[in-house]
Amino acid sequence: MNTHRLGRALLAGLTGLLLAGSAQAAEVGKPAPDFTLAQKDGNSLSLTQLRGRVVYLDFWASWCAPCRQSFPFMNEMHAKYGKKGLRVVAINVDEQRSDAEQFLKQTPAQFTVLFDPAGKAPEQYKPDGMPTSYLIDEHGKVLMVHPSFKEADRAELERRIGEALAQGNPAP
Amino acid sequence: MKPLSLIGALLALSLLQACSLQPPKPWQKGMLARPEMTMGGDALEQRFDEHISASKQAASGGYGVGGGGCGCN
Repeated sequence: MNTHRLGRALLAGLTGLLLAGSAQAAEVGKPAPDFTLAQKDGNSLSLTQLRGRVVYLDFWASWCAPCRQSFPFMNEMHAKYGKKGLRVVAINVDEQRSDAEQFLKQTPAQFTVLFDPAGKAPEQYKPDGMPTSYLIDEHGKVLMVHPSFKEADRAELERRIGEALAQGNPAP
Repeated sequence: MKPLSLIGALLALSLLQACSLQPPKPWQKGMLARPEMTMGGDALEQRFDEHISASKQAASGGYGVGGGGCGCN
């Protein structure tokens, strides 16, 4: 009897261990995991600081070809909707900061860039590939997960951004 | 006795998990994306090979991870 109980407890513990390995990623309708990361000037920014604004969050790396195409789009969205409550935040996952700096020299960004060489934020969001973008509403809920970036995606992404801004009517 | 041996086996199995080689996560492929990590040395020759492969197999890609491993590009 005792061994049975012990066995059951151990089994439960083991299943717990196995399940712990597969923590959930950021999904549509779920709250976006928080992060605190350094900006280019050294000041840190966390997602909770951006409550009240619609956030277009993008994971990118210097070695990722489609990321290069997504930067002009994000610059455009920042220019067009920045004053209407959108905040474009791009998290760099390069291990070497110099790789990121070189990319930014060739592909300038007018929006917020955060640096995550340790990969803490992608560990929480678990993007399937680079780049992956997330649209987060003013309450911090994930509205959209968009893997990859192609020129053909522009219209659809802009429509989703516009929708999110109209829905919440966030403070400017 | 039986449940105990079962537990023992399960424990041993769970320890084995740590031995398995984990593939790099999509955001950890910076090193793999470097040009020196591609098969074959000559970029021009590789392009030629890819062209033949694409026209014969009606499929392309899988030669590097610069595309980000998301199936795009």
